[in-house]
Amino acid sequence: MELNSYQQQAFDYQRPNIEKFSKRNWFWIIFYLLWIIAGGYALYLQIAKGHGVTGMRDNVVWGLFIVNFIFFIGLSYAGAIIAGLLHLFKVPWGKPIVRIAQMMTIISVIVGPVFILLCVGRFDRLHHLFFYPRIQSPMTWDVMAVLTFFVGAVLFFYMAIIKDLAVYRDANLKIPKWRQKIYNILALGYRGAASQKRHLLISQNLLALIMIPLSIIVASILSWIFGMTLRPGWHSTIFGPYFVVGALYSGCGVLIVAMWVYRRMYKLDKYFTDKHFVYLGYIMLALAAGYGYFTFSEYFTHWFGSEKWDSELIHKLFSPGEYGWWTLFANLFGILLPILIVAIPATRKVNLITAAAFIMVIAMWIKRYLIIVPTLETTLLPMQDTRTEYVKYAATWPEWVLTGAGIATFFLFFTLVSKYVTVVPVSGLEEAEPHFTHHPHHQPAPKKEEVNPA
Amino acid sequence: MKQEETHDKGRRDFLKTAAVATVAATACGSLACSCSSKKAPAGDKVKLLSPDGEIVEIDSAYLNHQEHMAIISKLEAREGIAGKKFVMVVDLARCKNARKCITACQKWHYRPEETEWLTVKLIKDSEKAAPYWFPKQCFHCDNPPCVKVCPVDATYKRQDGLVLIDNDRCIGCKFCMAACPYSTRVFNWDEPEVPFDIKDLAYNPETGIPAKVGTVEKCDFCPDRAREGLLPPCVESCPNGVFYFGDENEDTVTNGEETISFTQLIKDRAGYRYMEELGTKPRVYYLPPKDRQFPVERGYEDLEPEIKDRFKDIMEPEKKKS
Repeated sequence: MELNSYQQQAFDYQRPNIEKFSKRNWFWIIFYLLWIIAGGYALYLQIAKGHGVTGMRDNVVWGLFIVNFIFFIGLSYAGAIIAGLLHLFKVPWGKPIVRIAQMMTIISVIVGPVFILLCVGRFDRLHHLFFYPRIQSPMTWDVMAVLTFFVGAVLFFYMAIIKDLAVYRDANLKIPKWRQKIYNILALGYRGAASQKRHLLISQNLLALIMIPLSIIVASILSWIFGMTLRPGWHSTIFGPYFVVGALYSGCGVLIVAMWVYRRMYKLDKYFTDKHFVYLGYIMLALAAGYGYFTFSEYFTHWFGSEKWDSELIHKLFSPGEYGWWTLFANLFGILLPILIVAIPATRKVNLITAAAFIMVIAMWIKRYLIIVPTLETTLLPMQDTRTEYVKYAATWPEWVLTGAGIATFFLFFTLVSKYVTVVPVSGLEEAEPHFTHHPHHQPAPKKEEVNPA
Repeated sequence: MKQEETHDKGRRDFLKTAAVATVAATACGSLACSCSSKKAPAGDKVKLLSPDGEIVEIDSAYLNHQEHMAIISKLEAREGIAGKKFVMVVDLARCKNARKCITACQKWHYRPEETEWLTVKLIKDSEKAAPYWFPKQCFHCDNPPCVKVCPVDATYKRQDGLVLIDNDRCIGCKFCMAACPYSTRVFNWDEPEVPFDIKDLAYNPETGIPAKVGTVEKCDFCPDRAREGLLPPCVESCPNGVFYFGDENEDTVTNGEETISFTQLIKDRAGYRYMEELGTKPRVYYLPPKDRQFPVERGYEDLEPEIKDRFKDIMEPEKKKS
């Protein structure tokens, strides 16, 4: 694989990252593994003793696990949409960050479904989903959607790294033989011939074209697991688009945070420039406004219409004794804060945008909790149950540990993938990057940060 | 069948092998083998299939009737009883929260005390409205939200109107529980305590026993009893005749004492279905609590403190405030 000088430079710069693990890498990997082991123990307890070890009960039948499922799988859909759009529209500044978006897609589509499996009472009967599928169930739609999406995401990621794999194969990296062999096999004999380039581009275009609508469909299907039931707060026509925008929004936040971490970890300031943060910040702002609009529509119509159970739910969500503070946090820090940070020029700085994105991601996780749990606690018939754990959901430690293990797995994969493929795609940097950084309009003033997009 | 081993055990203890169920299903109706040594052999032998797949011969005197026997196949349990359309009418004017129905139901289905398939709620529709006792089973809806969402066909609607669950099929995703607007379904969060005498009974959706961990269950209108012409235990046990059970096709319902026309009862007493607006089309009808036989307090005063707590908010609102 031949690289131009700019690409070669990018590759040489990142070469040590994929050649060896630093001590720091090992430290974090072991840290994540410890979490995962703890999660394994919690999982063992849940399987051996039954779901009684969780805080889920007959009224609140789903808890943290489904919140995590929505959260992670949403990141996955967001990654696919962002990577697909950046690819299709040949966004010049998008080239260096496409890889992170794709990593997010594939890692979350592995981590997310694990959490829905944790909600299932009988692991041993999962094959029933395929032996006795019932097509009218939104759960069946979701199984089909997630599996289709998974295949698409793997292919999409793979197509995007083939060129780079060819680069690694030809670079005489100081790596063990088996890795060399794997690069050799996975590169599929790519040499950069004109026909190979064309085929690859067509495949990528097609996959991008498929993955964008597919992401929207699967995110909607996920929302319909809730939207199709007759429960207050769930049975809503805007749930599909609401979940799509929510997924994109939190995905955008995770992308910003991941970019920031990689930039620091591998000193990639040259490729993840301040501009990237600002541009993604703008996208985040637009999505925040969209998500805020949907949230407002939901709460406002429920409150104004004031049907019996809707009112009860709204009361729960907004009274300080129940979920009031969480609702305030989710909307203040999940919607308003990112808008303000990006909108005000003085705060439109890399670290602040990243901090806002980070807090927003947490707030969006809480928002998912607020979508799931309060609705399940609002039964149509009075509960009249004296067992507190049946009336009000409280996550137990196995649920928290398993949640931690999921997050650790997410980080572990991000660490590991970055040791086998470069975080900035080197062969993808054709033209775009030099053009971008040397563009006269974008020449930053020495001190005052450039914030206006071209 | 290894007769020596089982010889000394009591008859109840022996009954439970899966083979017995197979036998019953294939050959002898609701009969089962009991190797009690007290009985004199009748002389005629019956061929049975053992759990190991062997054909064994047993004297017919050692076969005896067993409750909860899976007398039908799983396929039949999915189709339902031909020609029937089960329906229930609950007379709210008669209920005084005696809770005999709950006890009977739990005993029949071997339920632990805390999981109630049948509950009695105290409903107070609005601030000034008078509270009334409200027994609630599964409504066996004709447009069941739970059945619609089941991904594996574990919960299903039968031709006789019943909504049942196949606990051998259920994967425990709990989607049906989230979908049921009446919170009817219960989940086996932990390994259920199954009494020894039903431990090895062959499971059938019509009997619902033995319970299985990680699966959903609920009131089933006791179709195994209906097949034998018996009323569900809740109906039988109610001291006030609150529950009328019957067949919509025959237009007859009975509470065990009086047998009356279903349509006439609904017409005369202004029967209605709970939360009709949800469109679920329940098969349970309620008769409004008009001209009540008991003051609502009668069902409250003598309750055990733990159960009393459930209704405190409504019965003693002033206490709650303080």
